Amino acid sequence: MADFETPELREYPIIPKLKEGVMEHSKPYVAKVQFQEALGFPGELVDNWEEKALEKLDDLRGRYRSLQVYLDSCVKCGACTDKCHYYLGTSDPKNMPVARQDLLRQVYRRYRTFAGKYFPKLVGAKDLTKDVLDDWYSYFHQCSQCRRCSVYCPYGIDTAEISMAAREIMDTIGVGQKYCNEIIGKAATVGNNLGLPEPALADTLEGLEEEVEEDTGVPVKFPLDQKGAEILLVTPSADFFAEPHVDGLIGYAKVFHEAGVSWTMSSYASEAANFGMFIGSYENMRNLSLRIRKAAEDLGVKRIVFGECGHAWRVAYSFLNTLAGPFDFLDPNYPVPQHICEFTYDLIQKDKLKFDKSENDHMTLTFHDSCNVARASRMGDKAGGQFDIPRAIIRAACNNFVDMPADAIGEATFCCGGGGGLLTDDLMELRVKGAQPRMEAYKRVVEDNGVTNVAAICAICKSQFTKVLPYYGFGMTDIVSVHQLVSEALILSDAPSDDTESNAEAEA
Amino acid sequence: MSALSVTYAILFYAATLLLVVGLVRKIALYARTPAPLKIPTTPAPVNRTGVVLRMVQEVVLFTSLFKATKWTWLFGWLFHLGLLLVLLRHLRYFQAETWFWVDLIQPFGKYASYAMVVGLLGLFARRIFVDRVRYISAPSDYLMLLLLIVIGISGMLMTFVTHTDIVMVKGFFLGLLRFSIEPLPSDLLLLTHLTLVALLMIIFPISKLLHAPGVFFSPSRNQVDNPREKRHLAPWAADLEK
Ligand code: SF4
Ligand code: SF4
Repeated sequence: MADFETPELREYPIIPKLKEGVMEHSKPYVAKVQFQEALGFPGELVDNWEEKALEKLDDLRGRYRSLQVYLDSCVKCGACTDKCHYYLGTSDPKNMPVARQDLLRQVYRRYRTFAGKYFPKLVGAKDLTKDVLDDWYSYFHQCSQCRRCSVYCPYGIDTAEISMAAREIMDTIGVGQKYCNEIIGKAATVGNNLGLPEPALADTLEGLEEEVEEDTGVPVKFPLDQKGAEILLVTPSADFFAEPHVDGLIGYAKVFHEAGVSWTMSSYASEAANFGMFIGSYENMRNLSLRIRKAAEDLGVKRIVFGECGHAWRVAYSFLNTLAGPFDFLDPNYPVPQHICEFTYDLIQKDKLKFDKSENDHMTLTFHDSCNVARASRMGDKAGGQFDIPRAIIRAACNNFVDMPADAIGEATFCCGGGGGLLTDDLMELRVKGAQPRMEAYKRVVEDNGVTNVAAICAICKSQFTKVLPYYGFGMTDIVSVHQLVSEALILSDAPSDDTESNAEAEA
Repeated sequence: MSALSVTYAILFYAATLLLVVGLVRKIALYARTPAPLKIPTTPAPVNRTGVVLRMVQEVVLFTSLFKATKWTWLFGWLFHLGLLLVLLRHLRYFQAETWFWVDLIQPFGKYASYAMVVGLLGLFARRIFVDRVRYISAPSDYLMLLLLIVIGISGMLMTFVTHTDIVMVKGFFLGLLRFSIEPLPSDLLLLTHLTLVALLMIIFPISKLLHAPGVFFSPSRNQVDNPREKRHLAPWAADLEK
């Protein structure tokens, strides 16, 4: 299957001993000239790259307080050293969050601090050499920007901020990552990460309508570019195709149908994901966000709802208002944007959705908190709603639910191993090894509680799980969408009457 | 006026100047630099009061560190608590009439030095024996701890073993406050203690000791989680909209 060994899953996780350099070879493909230039970056490594890199570092330090404060404040206490799934899964010391930050900090110190200029050895400052740049390229692409380290750092130092800055510096000197930059290019021109044009999209949605009608006897619609609809749904483009994503999309459609609201998707803004964040580029992130604003204006909708995706929800919840606001042309009675889970949860609270939970009885579920939802956003109006709301939905739709151990969920959740722009085949070894802590937690509930499936609300998590579950001896279909569970159990009130029997059963 | 007291007077004036100017410049830099995006580590407080509470817990109890590792928390907290009490106790050297509560905490401050040094030794041991912490340590990280340990132990020796002429020491520092140079005891232990304290003050604004102001400026800790309710826009980001 691959030229590396899948890590063992142990009964009780232990912190590994350091193995220096074992992941140095892990580097994603470099972006080609045309994809770099399309985003306004140089095509290849510029001549005076050392100088340019330092210039960019200064620029970013002046624009981001986080970067400046985080570069200065680390005391090397070591609290974060065992918190990164990539360190736990690979044992490479440069995957310890503080060591990853130090790759940039050593250069900042060398050129921009008194101690580093005059006593570099004393404070661990280093010249910016080709070797250092190589390290940057390897290890800043071994950070999924999951923010787990920032939970435990006494100063809240967020390594994600550092790797975003480092990736932007590398882009600026002409060393971009192929996967992210090609995708941003597609999303910025075609409207989605897959590069799916309007006709293909329309076709797919039509196919889904037929499928659902065949299945349920109810004409559930999947509207596209429908002017005057009340709600614009923005969802990751993986929802149109991939398994189990598409089952989630069917779930959203059924919920909208049952709620009796008019809704639409947009072919112009057919992507919730925003890879601009992964490369730390405010401008690119803003560019993609403005498409959503434009779609909302053009279609004349009143509300914006986002589908299941982790980093997309971070950009939507935390940044959209900043990047593309103000949204004063939308209905002020609803938050902008709303998460599909908030939408469904509201209806459940108001008792507007009826479920036949037994439809999901063949499964015992657990829930994977996606890092960007858990540690970089919220749902509902209370802190922590991002944990409670999806679980409440699962419990409303299923009889059997068990949480994974406390140190692997909630704010302590482990990344799936594929976030932050690393969901690419050229990083397969990293993805598999980085999934180890998550897989260990999953194994615990599989063995102790008979869990059969894990639900998630992130397109990247879902794709990553599908890929890595088999490496650890689990089934690739163990991963399900939360709205897939909703879809299975939701009773459509206008369904042909042969369903009444199972309704009665559920109520008994 | 002996050469010794002149030297130490200059040393302390210089150290104070560097400390204050260095810190003010850094704090001004942090305050001036915009945080363009809302990035509190969630779950985060949804209003200002909540954020104040979060910061207070973080600064007083080291809550995040407690979640991370109990040993580092224990040693780090002991050290900082001890240091705080010891510093407050030292206020008496700068007041002709000491405040009531400064007198009150004298005995606590005295024994807090044990907590301080034990904490420091614990942190030092972690740095040497835990392979992960050893890997991330530069020489300056060990030296910083050593510096604090020697300051602590030299102070404790003067408190508990060989007393120095503290009346004269007090006279010297009160003198400095009035810009007049008074005699200082030429006691080796005291001079070591004072030299290292001055050194610590000098390196404070150019070292990792910046974590002290830094923690208050950390966006992941000090931001309110309300991006949907309130539009947050940095000046340079607003320029993009023109
Ligand atoms: S953000 Fe996540 S992936 Fe990156 S260093 Fe921190 S824990 Fe590791
Ligand atoms: S927890 Fe924070 S201060 Fe401690 S080593 Fe990690 S980044 Fe540095």
